[in-house]
Amino acid sequence: MSGRGTALRIERLSKHFRGVQALRDVSFVVPRGEIVGIIGPNGSGKTTLVNAITGFVRPDHGSIWFDHRDLARMPPHAIASAGVVRTFQTARSYHVLSALESVVVALYSPRARGFDARGRWGERASVAMDLLEEVGFERDSFVPGRGAAALPQGYLRRLELARCLAVHPEVILADELFSGLSPAEIASVVPLMDKLRSDGVTLVLVEHRLRELFRIADRILVMREGRLVHEASPRELIRDDAFRELYLGEEVADASD
Amino acid sequence: MLGVLVYGFVNSLILALTAIGFSLTYGISRIPNFAHGAFYVLAGLFTWLLLNHLGVPLVGAMAIAITLNGLLGAALYRGVLVRVRGIPLAEVIVTFVIGIAALEALRYFGLVGANYGLPGLASGRVDVLGVPVDGQRLVIVVVGLTTGVLLWLVSHRTRWGLALRAIAQDEEAAMMVGVNADHAATLAVGLGAALAAVAAVVIVPLSYVAAEAGGTVLVTSIAVCIVGGLGSTMGVLAGSLLIGYTQTLSVELFGPHLQMIVALLAILITLIVRPSGLFGQQKALEERV
Amino acid sequence: MRRKERIDRPIKVLTDGIYALSSGRHLLYLLGPRVAPVLILIALVVAVPNLYIQRVIAIAAVYALLALSWDFLAGTTGLISLGQALFFGVGAYATAIGNTLLGLPPVVSVLVSPVVAGAFCTGLLVPCLGLRGIYFSMTTLVYPLLLARVVEATRVLGGTDGILGVAPLAPWLERSIVVVMLLGGVIALRRLLATDLGLVLRAIGDDDLAVHASGIDVKRYQIIAIFISATLGAFAGAYFTHLYMVVGISAFALDLSILPIAAAVLGGIGTLVGPVLGAMILVPLSEAARDLGSLRMVVYSVLLVMMILWKPEGFLSFFRRKYEQVERWVDV
Repeated sequence: MSGRGTALRIERLSKHFRGVQALRDVSFVVPRGEIVGIIGPNGSGKTTLVNAITGFVRPDHGSIWFDHRDLARMPPHAIASAGVVRTFQTARSYHVLSALESVVVALYSPRARGFDARGRWGERASVAMDLLEEVGFERDSFVPGRGAAALPQGYLRRLELARCLAVHPEVILADELFSGLSPAEIASVVPLMDKLRSDGVTLVLVEHRLRELFRIADRILVMREGRLVHEASPRELIRDDAFRELYLGEEVADASD
Repeated sequence: MLGVLVYGFVNSLILALTAIGFSLTYGISRIPNFAHGAFYVLAGLFTWLLLNHLGVPLVGAMAIAITLNGLLGAALYRGVLVRVRGIPLAEVIVTFVIGIAALEALRYFGLVGANYGLPGLASGRVDVLGVPVDGQRLVIVVVGLTTGVLLWLVSHRTRWGLALRAIAQDEEAAMMVGVNADHAATLAVGLGAALAAVAAVVIVPLSYVAAEAGGTVLVTSIAVCIVGGLGSTMGVLAGSLLIGYTQTLSVELFGPHLQMIVALLAILITLIVRPSGLFGQQKALEERV
Repeated sequence: MRRKERIDRPIKVLTDGIYALSSGRHLLYLLGPRVAPVLILIALVVAVPNLYIQRVIAIAAVYALLALSWDFLAGTTGLISLGQALFFGVGAYATAIGNTLLGLPPVVSVLVSPVVAGAFCTGLLVPCLGLRGIYFSMTTLVYPLLLARVVEATRVLGGTDGILGVAPLAPWLERSIVVVMLLGGVIALRRLLATDLGLVLRAIGDDDLAVHASGIDVKRYQIIAIFISATLGAFAGAYFTHLYMVVGISAFALDLSILPIAAAVLGGIGTLVGPVLGAMILVPLSEAARDLGSLRMVVYSVLLVMMILWKPEGFLSFFRRKYEQVERWVDV
């Protein structure tokens, strides 16, 4: 493993909902500055894992170590303030707030320092505009002023990323960031991921779109029925015949070329 | 002491019977029916009218009132609530305001005080554990227990009971396997109103048909649901027993005027110590991610 | 097929930017709807000597404050109160205690006790913030009714007799303070909503999970909003108590909860000005229809449900649209 240390250490995480065991004793380590992909069939516990790490679901057992702190008992806003942020599966955007405004709200977070406490519209708005531009919104177009709910999928996902970036994240957990995007839209998001990695941000991507994931991920974790069943590099996984037949079909085979 | 035991139980069942409709409607459809109290009073009025103006025998009048209430509840959903479904602000305001409108209209037309009584199903007194209990209170106990058992059987042993429970747990998933959410919600509001009528026809004979009762019924239903945990049937039972016994005990020790303080304290203590209630799972965050 | 098309009036477009300063007509177009109502209200207070009309204006302002307080909470942060009577009643009793028991002068009491009452109400409501929104509505519905019964049963604070002999405000203060508070409240809340803090409050009403995810402590901002709203509502109650020099359990009455909601729905939820407008329409109507007694509540209720079903945007947005846009039918 690279010498840059550990971003997240998950230890024996478990969670059950009304008799369904969503997570069973999941343990793994996310090295700092890497892109880790989590895959698995529907209902294998991927989203619950993201929810548990970010505090939206309280785990029954286990701990989540980040920066010598156990996130497992912290509320979501405290976890985000610590630097572990997330996107949502169904891009959680506001209905009445515009794209620009929703980034301004994120900039109100205590982690987004450098603003006076009761700042008026203006200072934050210009920083928010810069952030939107960074993720690929056109400055001076009508798009940032649009109600976020009326944005096309591609913009919505990038808006989610901009809201994450607003709080200077150390770890981003992205739940199905690529789903619903066209190949062209994905191609516009991927360079952003590379840039984040080179800035030292750790990324955990929960994905169904394996082809794109395998191109950018350093490690892949495979989940099944709430358990972590496999951990390997994308290259190793693709070479693994049994895995290929079970999970991938032929689609990903050419991704390693 | 035995008196507290017996009367506390009767009191608890009265609370449970009034609250179960509110809880059930919310549990299935996530609609808070703040018109619950109005439905309770209306059922009393229907029974009184059927008895005194149409000469329907008591049991028949009760059955008709329960049916009428159920239809009225379903009509409330079909006619009004369906248009604002999914907008919490509108759902809350509309049910609350319709309830108030109905009760105030009844008050205006003189349905107040001790003018309109309903006869009970049973009279006389029976000794229970050496404590004399009047017949109507025993009827309440029997009806309350029967209702509980029936509800459990329907929800756990029949096909549409299971469908309703499925929709209560996960609406989207249930819709995918072919449960119609609109039908379920119609049924939920109708069933809640019918249960308010069941409570009314056996409890009102202890007092009178009066608009004031509507507010009390709504307040105690909410109190029971907060203490027990909203949407949970076990919670209704637990909340009723807790408030019912504490109230009976407070009457025994300090006289009748502290009952409302007991309810208020029960709510306050629950919210501070265990906000989601004894059996509740209504945490804001976990439910929606 | 035909559909209705709406386009901005030329003058609206012209006054959007800095060009509004270019002519008196444009300035008037811009300032008219903002300044005229204020002037009318002040003129009514200053110029009308009739005591009965003064009283109606004062009561309308009291309900307008309650409606404003309701709308700030519901329209911004999405917390739906079904018991503005809680804020009103606690404020009313607080100033009565402050004035009669602690001997504070009326002016001090009417200004200080709402803050205390606001903090008290916030304390009562905070425990249900971690739960689904419906718990907030349920507890606000239950508290005023229970508090009234508690006062009645325990005979504390005067029991059913209430607290008599609350000192009145000086006549000029009595006339002006409520209107000043109302106008000040509207302006202050509108400015608050225009700041980044206001944006956060609106975001919470819009989607609180997304706010959580940005590392913002939602509960803290909800508490701020509840405190502001409760203090405004409590002032309404405190002022009312000094107006009538008495407080009783009717300070927790249901119509204090219903009328503000009706006013807000009528005027337009989330607009702040709309609910005030709504109260200014409803209260005089309600005074005129005194003979109807409890049937008035039925009338409000029916009106309210019809508005929610058919004109959920409220009057204010409707007027605004007519003012700013022209409509015409076009063939598609």
